[in-house]
Amino acid sequence: MRAKALPYLLVLPATLFLLVFFVYPALQIGVLAVSGPEGLTLRHLQTMAGHWKFGPALRWTLLLAAVVVPVQLALALGMASIVDRLKAGRDTVLYVFAIPLGLSDLAAGIIWLAIFEQSGFLNSVLLHLGVIERPVLFLGYQNVWVIFLAVVLAEVWRATAIVMVILVSGMGLIPKEYDEAGQVFGASAWQRFTRITLPLLRPSLQSALILRTLNAFEVFAVVIALGGTTLPVLMGETYQWQFMLRDRNVAAAYALVILGISVASTLFYLRALRVPRGATL
Amino acid sequence: MKTTLRFLAGMAFALVMAAQAVSAQVLFWSTQASPIEETQRMRELVLAGFPGGVNFQAQDTGPFYTRLEAELASGRGEIGVVGALHGDLAIYVDSWVDLSGVDLGGIAVSEAFMELGRLGTDEQKYLPWMQANYVMAANRQALEYLPEGADLDALTYEELVAWAANIHEATGVPRFGFPAGPQGLRHRFFQGFLLPSFTGSTVTRFRSAEAEAAWELFKELWQHTNPASTNYGFMQEPLLTGDVWVAFDHIARLADAFNQRPDDFVAFPAPAGPVGRAFMPVLAGVAVPVTAPDMEASLALVEYLMQPETQVATLLATNFYPTVDAPLPEDLPPAARALGPAINTMTSSPDALPALLPVGLGELGGQFNQVYIDTFERIVLANQPIRTVLDEQAAVLRDLMVQANAPCWLPDEPSVGACPVD
Amino acid sequence: MRRSGARRAAGARNDAPRAVVGSGPAGRFLFGASVVLLCVWVLVPIYLLLVNALSSPQEVTGFPKRFVPSFDFGSIRFFASFAGVAQALWNSIAVAALTMVMSLGLGAPAGYALSRFEFPGKEWFRMIVVMTRAFPLPLLALPLAIFFIRTGLDDTALGLAVVHTVLAIPFATLITFSLFSGVPLELEEAAWTLGCTRWQAFHKVVLPLVLPGIAASAVFAFIVSWNEVFAAAVLTVQNRTLPAFLVQSLNVSPLHLKFAGGAALVVPALVFIFAVRRYLFAMWGIASR
Repeated sequence: MRAKALPYLLVLPATLFLLVFFVYPALQIGVLAVSGPEGLTLRHLQTMAGHWKFGPALRWTLLLAAVVVPVQLALALGMASIVDRLKAGRDTVLYVFAIPLGLSDLAAGIIWLAIFEQSGFLNSVLLHLGVIERPVLFLGYQNVWVIFLAVVLAEVWRATAIVMVILVSGMGLIPKEYDEAGQVFGASAWQRFTRITLPLLRPSLQSALILRTLNAFEVFAVVIALGGTTLPVLMGETYQWQFMLRDRNVAAAYALVILGISVASTLFYLRALRVPRGATL
Repeated sequence: MKTTLRFLAGMAFALVMAAQAVSAQVLFWSTQASPIEETQRMRELVLAGFPGGVNFQAQDTGPFYTRLEAELASGRGEIGVVGALHGDLAIYVDSWVDLSGVDLGGIAVSEAFMELGRLGTDEQKYLPWMQANYVMAANRQALEYLPEGADLDALTYEELVAWAANIHEATGVPRFGFPAGPQGLRHRFFQGFLLPSFTGSTVTRFRSAEAEAAWELFKELWQHTNPASTNYGFMQEPLLTGDVWVAFDHIARLADAFNQRPDDFVAFPAPAGPVGRAFMPVLAGVAVPVTAPDMEASLALVEYLMQPETQVATLLATNFYPTVDAPLPEDLPPAARALGPAINTMTSSPDALPALLPVGLGELGGQFNQVYIDTFERIVLANQPIRTVLDEQAAVLRDLMVQANAPCWLPDEPSVGACPVD
Repeated sequence: MRRSGARRAAGARNDAPRAVVGSGPAGRFLFGASVVLLCVWVLVPIYLLLVNALSSPQEVTGFPKRFVPSFDFGSIRFFASFAGVAQALWNSIAVAALTMVMSLGLGAPAGYALSRFEFPGKEWFRMIVVMTRAFPLPLLALPLAIFFIRTGLDDTALGLAVVHTVLAIPFATLITFSLFSGVPLELEEAAWTLGCTRWQAFHKVVLPLVLPGIAASAVFAFIVSWNEVFAAAVLTVQNRTLPAFLVQSLNVSPLHLKFAGGAALVVPALVFIFAVRRYLFAMWGIASR
């Protein structure tokens, strides 16, 4: 087998598959965003950008991702390190940490609504403890920031496992000898972590961050469950334009916006966490 | 791990290769009877008696539209019968088979509904399947705070505000509830209840001084409304939890409260404004898409759904009332026993003012609704000045009506050409 | 790495930054406490889900909420008697299994190519793979549905699995890529010099080391397919998967059924993760070379 052709042969099946089942339909949608009966037009993009919910939706989506992803990264790194260090009970703890993976985001939204709503579990606990006398309305539309925090909490709970599982799968390959050498040389646990583990985890970090960030830009079900109409996000607006307002062109325009910020953040991660070929050290 | 993978792969291929169940059942594609218990009852009580069987599938609007459009665009499909609300059916007016030939025997169907079923054409595009309405419900605990001289069955909007204020003051917490969540039917309230009660019109007098008064009153009511209302889609839940004591909603979304604790709640008509007691009925219809695989079976199912026995069974299953003259049984569930009389009182009150569903908007129905939703959100939630918002939204509404070229419908006076917005 | 030298290690540890988690009893306690805390953080909401799933409807809407389930199985029983659940469950499993096989079959070779080779078009390929997660599926569903109806893939497990594979390929590709990048080329080269063909070296040396990546990719493929609602609702009508069959109805159903349904839907996914959990973590590091 000619070595030069090998990489192309390896990616060929996936490429063909994606061309037929993804690129082709996506192009059809993308074309919708810039075309109309009069030919190429920017009209739909202008409609989208001029709509009063566009700005807030974009801001909230970006803000949510900017807050949630770093928190999850730190938490996932902690969880992965714990799993790495555990000797007894590793399988169990790993399983417990990975449980939120199995939940759909709809189910996560329902659970956290049951916690935060006016007659929910949080209020019940506070009432039992005597902290409050009557239920507090956490999710009222006047306290947008409380809703935002609730969404952050729910998203961190739900999706940290995604990042963690990816990191854990990569951690096992890091040779123990490097860590031991670090210990011999007197490096503290923190130093060993930041100077040895993290750099070697770079490929997994890159993959985990890309996948998690792109997923964060499509956040929808949890926001709807906790915030109703108070917290617009890009995916919600896409849905609204496509199915309620029946304007497929503007919905396609929103899709292009989501695509745009996703491409931008992917490029950022690819540059910032560049993985040297062959992983030589 | 490898053996597990191989096993799963083998099983998957086996399942794929296995003969897929070729169904002779008619696929009934619906947006109604979506709550899971209603779906169960539709399948077991209503549709089980249809010869040949029915595969009843209830959807959210997103998949509902997408599948329907995909079948229509590719010219082939599996959907046999569609059941949806008037507004959804109006979008695909060109894709429905003419149902004038369906033999309804001697069944008496309301002529007004049949007219709506023509969707502005001269073919019977859909048959009126079931109807519902919006009423108000209250926790019995709230009744002691009714203002002096107020008759629960003949409230005015001012009395409603006073009532809500009394409850707020007495309990310290606002307890009026309103379905302002993303799935809530808030636009119907403004189109069919609040605005016509003050202005006598839905479209034409959208930005009149009377409309301004209506919004002022609603803003006042909002002071005594539970702020979590922007999350509510179904008022039965907050009624049951006690977060809300007085609510407005679609009867199917109040039914669970009455069925679970019939003695705790009472249903009554929507309030009246200066012009009258406006209300907007809900109408669901059945239609047959042109791509239906078995036209005969589809038409047979449509005919079956219009039979009085089926209509009564549908009432028991979904809390939606028949559109044909059908004798109602004695032993109705608590929800039907409480909500039915409230509807009747409302529709037959001396100041009743029926507001019809929008006709002729087609695809633009959603944007039409959005005008009212945006008006609500800007005036009440965002506290923007009423006059400015009304003027701006009226401009949007005007453009929309011109684009749709839809003539006025009740309660607006008939128009020549597109319905004007003064 | 700081060249502290043996002096520092042997002697005063006072001037090196104090480790937060050392090996002393305080360190062990902190470590244990953080493990417990994180486990509680994960498990409490799940427990609350179970409480609501196993309570009567009145308790679910009551206030204050009880924290102990009353073991009212009415809600669960409702689903057990719901006609069509078993068939839908079977369909879901079939689609998820196909998704796993296809996404790994397409993604793992691509991940290997991305990690080992530089070739023109590499960045484009990587971008396309990642962008499948950036495009809203509800919009894609319409052209895909039209395409499927016209080609006969409509309403088949294979057709839906194809769509789910599009969603799962980024996971398979990127995760296997990150793991292949962690396996030094020298190992493969050593195998080649010892007489293995390229495939044998891959099969016997690299693949076992990359097993955690394969397990993780399989988990994500299964989860993505299992929980996906929209495409399933559009692309399957007679042979529905479980989410297409249940989830849309659950969204608008009374609260107690939402919880019971949510709990029922999560169980198979949890069973699957349980089955593959030990493969997620490589049992061995690479031996010194």
